[in-house]
Amino acid sequence: MRRAPFILLILLIVAWSAGPFLWSVLTSLKPAHEVFRAPPSYLPRALSIESYTEIFERRPFGLYLLNSLVVAAGSTLLVLLLAAPAAHRLARMRRGRAVGLERGFLLFALFPPAVLLVPLFTAVRALGLTNSHLGLILVHAALNLPFAIWTLTAFFRELPVEIEEAARIDGFTPSGLLARVVLPLAAPALAATGILVFIFSWNEFVIALTLIQRDALRTVPVGISMLSGATVYEIPWGQISAAVVLTTLPVVAAVLALQRWILSGLTAGAVKG
Amino acid sequence: MKDRALLPAALLLIGIIALPLAAAVPSGVSSLARLGEDLNLRRIAANTLLFSGVSVALELLLGVPIALLLHRRFRLRGGVRATAILPWALPSAVMAMSWRWIFSDTFGIASDLPMRLGLASQPIPWLGLPATAFASLIVADVWKTTPFVAILSLAALQTIPRDLDEAMAIDGGGPARRFFMVTLPLLRPALAVAVTFRLIHAIGIFDLVWVLTGGGPANATKTLAVYVYEQYFLFGDRGYATAITLATAVAMFAISVAMGRLIRGRAPA
Repeated sequence: MRRAPFILLILLIVAWSAGPFLWSVLTSLKPAHEVFRAPPSYLPRALSIESYTEIFERRPFGLYLLNSLVVAAGSTLLVLLLAAPAAHRLARMRRGRAVGLERGFLLFALFPPAVLLVPLFTAVRALGLTNSHLGLILVHAALNLPFAIWTLTAFFRELPVEIEEAARIDGFTPSGLLARVVLPLAAPALAATGILVFIFSWNEFVIALTLIQRDALRTVPVGISMLSGATVYEIPWGQISAAVVLTTLPVVAAVLALQRWILSGLTAGAVKG
Repeated sequence: MKDRALLPAALLLIGIIALPLAAAVPSGVSSLARLGEDLNLRRIAANTLLFSGVSVALELLLGVPIALLLHRRFRLRGGVRATAILPWALPSAVMAMSWRWIFSDTFGIASDLPMRLGLASQPIPWLGLPATAFASLIVADVWKTTPFVAILSLAALQTIPRDLDEAMAIDGGGPARRFFMVTLPLLRPALAVAVTFRLIHAIGIFDLVWVLTGGGPANATKTLAVYVYEQYFLFGDRGYATAITLATAVAMFAISVAMGRLIRGRAPA
């Protein structure tokens, strides 16, 4: 392909991919009267951070952020705690048996959360865990566990088994081996998997929408979807845009940092199958 | 026993997902007969299938070429790749708010841009009319999920030895011929995985619809998951909500089995 059309196509991809996010950034920086201008101004004529201060002062956005942080961190921790030993075991098992078990785990990842909504909600209510972060943490952990087991198993398979055999000869017990030899070696894979699980929990909407009814306990995506005014002309689009930007910024940072891993490590299993 | 390491993970999945699903079966089965009588459901199932088919087809048509472009070597490739996969990682419900603002008829850029370019003479009420609301939903979904197809394609492209392509080039194969004879067959397993996941998740879509259109106007964009939500949380009809859930889950399982056969049948493992 010639250089000019290639560059043009790449610019198109970048503009299309970043467009909605950038439009939110521009909207969030306009003063309120400029947000509701028809026709819209493309670049802010005056810069203002009032939308950002308002979501913290007049809306419980700080609380939503804190709730999301608690839920995402809790479920990520739980997922890694359960997935690491399971994945290591699967990686060291006879291949045929491991594949069968892996498929069993992956079956749980087959259904999108919205499809599981009714049974999940019924179960969490039976446990008395609606309107609690613990209930949401358990569900998010269960939904993300298969993914974590899958990526970590692929990683452990690449780890030379000789290191573990040497450690065993040196007198490590199985749990000591896992905690002091294997997991330190797996730190980068654990971190990358953990960050993605954190993002998935941070982003999750439908379960958080239904399990949590009390506004003070709501997570960010649900909180943002409920920011509203009495009429179309009162929907606070400046504030919403500011909330969108602040919520997505950590995800943007994580993707920039993990780009290489997402495109190789994450998909190793799917491609090599 | 060493396999104890698997137990805690298995218990969480069984306790939170498998048992509740199994426990829901009886109440769902007893309401299955009602599925056939519900004219709304027919319309909503058709919406969902149309949405899924069009979205996933567009994602394939865009995702594979994007992966081919991002596979080439160029300056700033890391940054471009990160930007291209960004929509996949951003929260659907949150970005759906962003899209709602873009598609706003009075203040939205999707309404203003066509007027500035002389393509429209008045604001387009994107989310206000059935056909345009449906199109808006597809645009926002394609934006969000094309990167997933591109990610899997790009990862597969990286495993294709470069000499294979070069050998074909020496033998006189043009770029199009090389793509269809070498690259596409080698991409097929990855694409089959991508299409399976995407179809299932498109059929189960909730977040984007709920926030962008709420299923409207006049049910034009309502999908199965939104309907299930309404049956359960608005009308308190647990049996019927579960019946639709079961039927959807069975359809999804069938799709994955069929696609799995296709992957194993056509591609050497």
